[in-house]
Amino acid sequence: MIRSISRVVRKFRSINQRYATPRIAMSPAVRVSLLVLRVYLVLLVFLLLYKFATLVGK
Amino acid sequence: MNFFAKLYYRLRKGAKAIQLYLVIAGPGIVVMVADNDAGGITTYAATGAKYGYNLILFLVLLIPVAYYVQEMTVRLGAVTKRGHAEAIFSGFGAFWGWFSLIDLMIVDWMTLVTEFVGMTSALEIFGIPGWLTVVLVILLLGTIVLNGRYWTWEKIALLFCALNLVYIPGAFMVRPSMHQILHETFLPSFPGGFDGQLFFFLMANIGTTIAPWMLFFQQSAVVDKGMLEKDIPWGKFDTWLGAVLTIIVAVFIVIVTGTVLRGVDIDSAAQASAQLQETHHWVGTFMAIGLFDAGLLGAICISLASSWAFGEIFGWAHSLNTNIKEAPWFYASYFITLVTAGAVVLIPGAPLVLITLFVQVIAVTLLPAALVFLILLLNDREHMGEYANSTLQNLIGGTIVLLIIVLSTLYGVSVLFPTLFG
Repeated sequence: MIRSISRVVRKFRSINQRYATPRIAMSPAVRVSLLVLRVYLVLLVFLLLYKFATLVGK
Repeated sequence: MNFFAKLYYRLRKGAKAIQLYLVIAGPGIVVMVADNDAGGITTYAATGAKYGYNLILFLVLLIPVAYYVQEMTVRLGAVTKRGHAEAIFSGFGAFWGWFSLIDLMIVDWMTLVTEFVGMTSALEIFGIPGWLTVVLVILLLGTIVLNGRYWTWEKIALLFCALNLVYIPGAFMVRPSMHQILHETFLPSFPGGFDGQLFFFLMANIGTTIAPWMLFFQQSAVVDKGMLEKDIPWGKFDTWLGAVLTIIVAVFIVIVTGTVLRGVDIDSAAQASAQLQETHHWVGTFMAIGLFDAGLLGAICISLASSWAFGEIFGWAHSLNTNIKEAPWFYASYFITLVTAGAVVLIPGAPLVLITLFVQVIAVTLLPAALVFLILLLNDREHMGEYANSTLQNLIGGTIVLLIIVLSTLYGVSVLFPTLFG
């Protein structure tokens, strides 16, 4: 059991290492796009949490 | 003599072009027609019942929208030989990669549940119990993918795409007024004006036209098929043809419900089929068959989109050209997704309505990210070379992507807060 868990962890680590450096050149346009995407996703998560809270509160 | 020689030459050239296209044909048509899945059929049926033929022109305008987004995946797949999940991991790093992969896994699984809901409710109209439908569908899809050849899988999928055209004879059978169709198409009028409900329907139709799994599916299919840079023009044509076909089907569904069920509130395509059967038996039957086929096509593509993505990232063999011994994890993930989604439908009291609504919301978190990544990857001149986006393509693609992001987000928000838009 522990061996299979550690194998899974190793697999995830190797994937993270393989893709540690983004291949796309981080130009200002790319940076801005990714920043806007992050803000968008954070806002969506807030909306989902708000909806969840209102549902629980009822 | 010269005339006949030229004619013969042109005919041979044409025949060769058709032969070449038939070799390349597949991913574009399959992904586009599969886009008319169970949820899509419900949206179109409800649109026709609510607004008659008034939204037909709007649907036609969605052809370029779907085409310009999907053709980018053809270029990206053919040039990089990577699926969309791998392209995101490689291009933007592990954080965005995991985000997309996990999101895709959730959206695909939930969408698959809705496909099973559509298929079981369609066959219940013919008295076939839900459990039997689920078992038969899993067996059928298993047989299709386990044949060990991408080519065979694709041709079977194309056969199911052809069955999607069943709505067309149905539309002729209800004898709609051609004059009224043309009038409402080109001079649409909305008695309530541009209200919240109309806005909701517009957003829902756009939402069903571009789904996140489509990007991942087509790019992986292009890679699995082994398409090369030289095949891109045919791949684009295939996508264009698919976009036209999918909207033709949508328009005919709208014509059927706009003629027979105008003014009726439609909750599901199965309900529309049952109601149609009361007055037009065969039209209702075609609608139910089409709904089952739509769910089946959706299931075929969506389950594969996830398995391809997992295979790309975890480094498993992930091709339909491999057998189960060569790619055990690829097929295991395929069947786990399929069986669990099918099983959920059979659980008494399962929150199916909640899942159906939640799909739209989760999709809204993945779609903008996948589209933004798509545009950025297509601007990576170092790897895309001459196939990178031109300024015009960026302008068209960027505008469409922005439009889809805004409208699909508003759609997702309106699902969360139904009273927001009135």
